[in-house]
Amino acid sequence: MQNRSVFLLSTLCFGFAFLYVPILIMMAYSFNSSRLVTVWGGFSTQWYGKLLENDQVIDAALLSLKIAVVSASFATILGTFAGLTLARLGRFKGRTLFSGMISAPLIMPDVITGLSLLLLFVSLETLIGWPSGRGATTVTLAHITFSMAYVAVIIQSRLTSMDNSVEEAAMDLGSTPLRVMWDITLPIIAPAMVSGWLLSFTLSLDDLVIASFTNGPGSTTLPMLIFSKVKLGVTPDINALATLIVGVVTLGVVVAGFLMFRAEKQRDRDVQVAIAANE
Amino acid sequence: MSELAGKSVSSSATQRSGFQRWLNRNGWRKIVAGIPYFWLLLFFLAPFFIVMVIAVSEAAYSIPPFKIPFSWEALQANIATNFGYLINDSLYYTGYLNSLKIAAISTVFCLLLGYPMAYGIARSSGATRNILLLLVILPFWTSFLLRIYAWIGLLGTNGTINNVLLAIGIIDEPLQMMNTDFAVYIGIVYSYLPFMILPLYANLERLDNTLTEAAMDLGSTPARTFLDVTLPLSVPGIVAGSMLVFIPATGEYVIPVLLGTGSSPMIGRVLFDEFFLNTDWPVASAVAIVLLLLLVVPIMMFNHYQARAEGVE
Repeated sequence: MQNRSVFLLSTLCFGFAFLYVPILIMMAYSFNSSRLVTVWGGFSTQWYGKLLENDQVIDAALLSLKIAVVSASFATILGTFAGLTLARLGRFKGRTLFSGMISAPLIMPDVITGLSLLLLFVSLETLIGWPSGRGATTVTLAHITFSMAYVAVIIQSRLTSMDNSVEEAAMDLGSTPLRVMWDITLPIIAPAMVSGWLLSFTLSLDDLVIASFTNGPGSTTLPMLIFSKVKLGVTPDINALATLIVGVVTLGVVVAGFLMFRAEKQRDRDVQVAIAANE
Repeated sequence: MSELAGKSVSSSATQRSGFQRWLNRNGWRKIVAGIPYFWLLLFFLAPFFIVMVIAVSEAAYSIPPFKIPFSWEALQANIATNFGYLINDSLYYTGYLNSLKIAAISTVFCLLLGYPMAYGIARSSGATRNILLLLVILPFWTSFLLRIYAWIGLLGTNGTINNVLLAIGIIDEPLQMMNTDFAVYIGIVYSYLPFMILPLYANLERLDNTLTEAAMDLGSTPARTFLDVTLPLSVPGIVAGSMLVFIPATGEYVIPVLLGTGSSPMIGRVLFDEFFLNTDWPVASAVAIVLLLLLVVPIMMFNHYQARAEGVE
């Protein structure tokens, strides 16, 4: 018994150290004043200043943010529809194909998704003249496609974990399906939609391979810029950029998680109050 | 209660137009299911058919750089040429074998590290469990590319690991770790570990504790209980987690390019270079199709176990 918990505890410690130490060391070196990335030359924030003066980095970051916001928003709408379909619409013709198309993008290697989407865009352009050329639009379409699968899975698992007795009760009392959707189902899945949006946003911001395939010349996303620099080796300004990105994302996820946790608790309290009031 | 009833009365009063009636009766279902369905057919399924068509086309100096065959003979000749490369040129078949080997070994290491972690998290309670889970999920949100980048600084000839080992005196000269398969294993295990832990945790957490307690009460040792009860019951989690690591790792591009060797590239890199450097779209498409065929069985296993996991809930 004792041996087992010691073993579990030490693997947990090792595992989390493995996950976190590399990123922490990278962050520490972003404050290194020396240009040599492996020799500590004292504390400095000069690389952050250099980063803000670099127009290339700023332009790529703005483009990536734009793509991420647009694709996450569309992916959340489409993914919510898809999740609702899987969890609440029961059996329909073609359901197996539909659920297959939802789970396949989650595990499909990026090179296959990227190549096939690019070939689709090229064929569409030849056949109907749209989309003319490739760039931010085609990258956004590609990101919507793989992100919506993640949103659908999150929404579906949220809906299957909630029983639909409240929805049924509302229907029995004569509410229309649309009203039920608006008044009951949507508030239930709202937190899942927020996490779906956030996940889509970070997936889009992070994607290199699919963007490389579906992007055209002239527009460089942030991961593409980072990748081209990183291939040449470690530099302190990339350390600074990485620290900024990781820091902002971590803060965002923790704050969003905390807010959602609080909203959830509030909702539970409201339900308790409502039940108590009815009795 | 009364509020709900009031709303339903007002909404049925507004049910006037034919469109709204259609929407309320069945139309909303068609819209909710139809839009994502159409999107996925267009942007996910149709592209695969296009890849298939281009895989049997002929490479050409044109825009786009391929010619679709319009005769049976041309089709056969193209198949022989494009897929012939994959069989005859060692770049391709060693690429596939290498990728399968690296993905399989990395999956095993992910499982060996991820299982005890998932088990440990599932056995912890309350706030500790939530914090540990957050720590597993957090890397999932932070940039994949940057987390691989972090390892370049660690594994390099004058990287952190070598500096520390030299300073302690364990080694006399720096170890060559960058641009080796070792670095690729580290990179894959590091990036895909959360994908292994999360399904395993979901599975282990649902496990009924009374079963293990019963086995213990009946005199089974902890080791036997684990082997006879816990392990068999966690097979769906093991399969789901392993497939979530194995499938994307097989087609991995970024990790082998940044950390691995150039001499025996994984198939993802072969495909990428075939497309971008050689601009041979037909051969790149053929590479993609064979990769997909190799992954069909794992993908179906994943879908099967995922469907089973949903059925449990």
